[in-house]
Amino acid sequence: MALDSKIPQGPLADKWTNYKNEINLVNPANKRLIDVIVVGTGLAGGSAAATLAELGYNVKAFCFQDSPRRAHSIAAQGGINAAKNYQGDGDSTYRLFYDTVKGGDYRSREANVYRLAEVSANIIDQCVAQGVPFARDYGGLLDNRSFGGVLVSRTFYAKGQTGQQLLLGAYSAMNRQIGRGKIKMYNRHEMLDVVKVDGKARGIITRNLVTGEIERHSAHAVVLGTGGYGNVFYLSTNAMGSNVTAAWKAHKRGAHFANPCYTQIHPTCIPVSGDHQSKLTLMSESLRNDGRIWVPAKKEDSIAIREGRLKPTEIKEDDRDYYLERRYPAFGNLVPRDVASRAAKERCDAGFGVNKTGEAVYLDFASAIQRYGKEQAYIQHLDANDAAVVKKLGKEVVKNKYGNLFQMYEKIVDQNPYETPMMIYPAVHYTMGGLWVDYNLQTSVEGLYAIGEANFSDHGANRLGASALMQGLADGYFVLPYTIGDYLSNDIRTGPISTDTKEFEEAEQNVRKQVDALVNNNGSKAVDYFHKKLGKIMWNKCGMSRNTADLESAIEEIATLRKDFYKDVRVPGTQNEFNEELAKALRVADFLELGELFAKDALTRNESCGGHFREESIELDGPQKGEAKRDDENFTFVSAWEYKGEPKDAVLHKEGLEYKNIELKQRSYK
Amino acid sequence: MSGLLKSSIGRKVAMALSGLFLVVFLTQHFIINLSSVLSPEIFNTWSHFMGTNGLVQVGLQPVLIFGVIFHFVMGIRLELQNRSARPVKYANYKGSAAANWMSRNMIYTGLVILAFLALHFYDFFIPELTHKYVDGDMTGLLDPNNPALGYKYFTETVHKFEDPLRVGFYIVSFILLMLHLLHGFQSSMQSIGFNNKYSKALRVVTKTWAILIPIGFIFIALYHHFNQLAH
Amino acid sequence: MKLTLEIWRQKNAQAKGQMVTYPIDGIDGDMSFLEMMDVLNNELINKGDEPVVFDHDCREGICGSCSMFINGEAHGPDRLVTTCQLHMRKFKDGDTITIEPWRAAGFPVIKDLMVDRSAFDRIQHAGGFISINTSGNTQDANAIPIEKADADAAFDAATCIGCGACVASCKNSSAMLFVSAKVSQFSLLPQGKVEATDRVMNMVKQMDEEGFGNCTNTGACEVECPKGISLENIARMNREFMTASMKG
Repeated sequence: MALDSKIPQGPLADKWTNYKNEINLVNPANKRLIDVIVVGTGLAGGSAAATLAELGYNVKAFCFQDSPRRAHSIAAQGGINAAKNYQGDGDSTYRLFYDTVKGGDYRSREANVYRLAEVSANIIDQCVAQGVPFARDYGGLLDNRSFGGVLVSRTFYAKGQTGQQLLLGAYSAMNRQIGRGKIKMYNRHEMLDVVKVDGKARGIITRNLVTGEIERHSAHAVVLGTGGYGNVFYLSTNAMGSNVTAAWKAHKRGAHFANPCYTQIHPTCIPVSGDHQSKLTLMSESLRNDGRIWVPAKKEDSIAIREGRLKPTEIKEDDRDYYLERRYPAFGNLVPRDVASRAAKERCDAGFGVNKTGEAVYLDFASAIQRYGKEQAYIQHLDANDAAVVKKLGKEVVKNKYGNLFQMYEKIVDQNPYETPMMIYPAVHYTMGGLWVDYNLQTSVEGLYAIGEANFSDHGANRLGASALMQGLADGYFVLPYTIGDYLSNDIRTGPISTDTKEFEEAEQNVRKQVDALVNNNGSKAVDYFHKKLGKIMWNKCGMSRNTADLESAIEEIATLRKDFYKDVRVPGTQNEFNEELAKALRVADFLELGELFAKDALTRNESCGGHFREESIELDGPQKGEAKRDDENFTFVSAWEYKGEPKDAVLHKEGLEYKNIELKQRSYK
Repeated sequence: MSGLLKSSIGRKVAMALSGLFLVVFLTQHFIINLSSVLSPEIFNTWSHFMGTNGLVQVGLQPVLIFGVIFHFVMGIRLELQNRSARPVKYANYKGSAAANWMSRNMIYTGLVILAFLALHFYDFFIPELTHKYVDGDMTGLLDPNNPALGYKYFTETVHKFEDPLRVGFYIVSFILLMLHLLHGFQSSMQSIGFNNKYSKALRVVTKTWAILIPIGFIFIALYHHFNQLAH
Repeated sequence: MKLTLEIWRQKNAQAKGQMVTYPIDGIDGDMSFLEMMDVLNNELINKGDEPVVFDHDCREGICGSCSMFINGEAHGPDRLVTTCQLHMRKFKDGDTITIEPWRAAGFPVIKDLMVDRSAFDRIQHAGGFISINTSGNTQDANAIPIEKADADAAFDAATCIGCGACVASCKNSSAMLFVSAKVSQFSLLPQGKVEATDRVMNMVKQMDEEGFGNCTNTGACEVECPKGISLENIARMNREFMTASMKG
């Protein structure tokens, strides 16, 4: 099957407007006859469910959490981009489009990204109207800040809790529709299969996590807003429950999985403290606006720090290596995430890491405190040469900007970041890969849509800061509700979809078989044992830098681990009750398949681009020596994998990427 | 308005308003009692006015009685409702970690005050009403046949403070009233929606009041008690 | 560290539960409280027992899932943290730690330490929103300037994570702090003022129907709230409610 991205014809800037004018609509009376299932209630799923219900469709929404408000979008800290140009610093739809494509290392679709940039301004209007309390300046207007990798201030934020506020906005829109009966909400439900009737997605099979009941739900279309799969690494900044199951089941039913190897490793996370670690905590990227990243320049100093003989504050300025400022003088500490992460790994691998594990670098606010302190002393007519006064004033400024992050750091690490530099290390944060979708956000299964992080998205091979929230809400509020109408306009005469068919029966039996097998497996090891092992393989061999030998062995190891899992996993309890181990086992089973496809995809992509760094593909000389080398000639395509039984048998389909409005360039942050 | 009292907030506001009303009453009561220390004549005059003025007796007195009963009935009702809101109790509940003793024990301090009020009614109010409205003696004189002896109020009041046991109970009750007021007075402000930049200052006022008024009552009781011992 | 855990075990909503004692060893001060629970659960699974069920998800203090009543306090002895952010360094070797679910008629136990907080959702369905459709044609975001102080106060109220610690800590199991935070967020913003009357009436009505207790202004909720939501919100809701009642 050839991949048809269904990108409309015409000039880039007019594509979306013209397309909206031409697609089929469903009249309001008929919308009442149409059911839509939305799985996941984060920014994408929540906003889509609310908007579809507002339009008049009957929506059934599902989430595995106890309330839609707890979806992991809530944890996003930094902000949301929008081409509003409120700051008058030259921003425009085109610039946001350009930055996003460039930031994604030229591996995303022009038309999709342009549409994203176009609707970004509407998102801010919509959210403000909903009562989202964005930060404001003293004139009462919205405030903006800048984020890594761009040259304008276009990021709207609500302290370090932007995701929370946006999600609560979408949740409130959902609440209004739940109260009106237009959304039927199913909390604590996990989707375990997609049901296809005559080639079209017509329903899902779910498990009620409280009672264990396996349920059938039908609809005219199914929308997946189920997030990313970063937990394939076991340790990530994702929530404990974040999983790939819904997307993976869709993949097994015929939806192509695109670019699974594109993973974002975020540079500023709190380092691992020991084997007990269950998840990683992100410190907002906004910290890099003021923090300077360094490691000791002398290896013996690093060793002394690791052994607790030396404190970072005792190291003289000359003995510190501000490696980002050294390597990338133009962008310094504000290089994009992938670049910053790899640079940290490079220093730690070379033996300069700090903390006990040797896997941490410093993020230091001492000079920011000095700089702000002096500025304040000047403004307040105090003595700018009095070190104590300057430090006190500087600390206040830093506290106002990052107080909640500093407090969080101190709670977790038990060190005061105002006095001693923070320790940070990269961690898995976001997955650019996901279900392949066309311009309509429809997967390769008719009637099955994927939105937000669950699709392979608009971020190409790397995502810029503050653009995940933008994409989730753009998909849910402003894109999907239009495009799905085009498909549903053919369904006005279909009538209710029965769940009493052989397709639903088959899918339900499928799920029951898997659940029975796991509960009755009587193995000897807990689910986490396998998940941790998988995570280690992924992190060591498919992590920040990858090579052929490692990827090949990862494929082998994951396949073996999967066999062991089915042989030896132990799931205590029964299936007819709340059983977290069973839920985890079902999720890990899918991670064990996805992980292998991930490695296979990474192996196939023999170039370095964005979040995917291949050791075989680096610049050998010139000013960019040692930097990632992208291979546009051979790899300017989206890898869409078709399921064929085992991950190793998956078939690759290539969707070529055309750049008509942007010239492909090497990303340089030097 | 009846709908208002069906809601939890409406009831809270009603508790606050009746409480504030009782605060005003208590202040008034205190001022009259204090006059007994300063001058038996003023005390007698004021007491007679309060006891026989038509507006006070027919207008304000029923409101006061209603206010007292309402505050108690509503308080007990809310307490029962609050208890049923947690059918299974905690094995370990560290209430003191987050809230002070006064705020957590309003029902107990309130019930002791109720017991005191019963005694107070028995001591003053019921005999007074019987005397006035059953026996029909509205003169307020010690001996209606001998007006030269003057009003009875001061003499009767002072007499009540003779018994050390009664004085002891009186003191205990007023200490509990203090505890009740320490939370109750400021809490009523929060209930009627007053919480702003002036609240901190207002809290000082309410707390000072809550401490001074009961101490004043205790002082008056002790004053009369020891005064009589001296004679 | 060596600890003794006393944990509420309850098979399901109908079953009768009881406190069960579990000794545990090898706990590191750098572990979060939930990672300590992971260690216990792993031991239980390896012994063939059923692990202790508790709600948790983001483990960074923002989703509001975790909900343990630890040593007599919601989210334990530390302030301004959720259970998942509480670290074991707050405890001493040899300590006995009691762990119970939130206790309230409005939060029935589902299993062990997990409770059903859907009452909070239903209160929000009753009015926790601004009635505006997603049209893409709403007025420009900067069309209405909002005083910074109001915007900040609205934000502070909006940081509530809906964990239910306020209800759990309150001696009356009152949900006033939660409801007032939502009411305040909207009533402080011009967009939300339009529906303020109906919103507060409907949300309070639903709150009362869910079986939560009455507020007696003890202030325990504010102290135990992991996000430091202020009692000012309750006062504001009281005002709003009275005004709304007068309007009818």
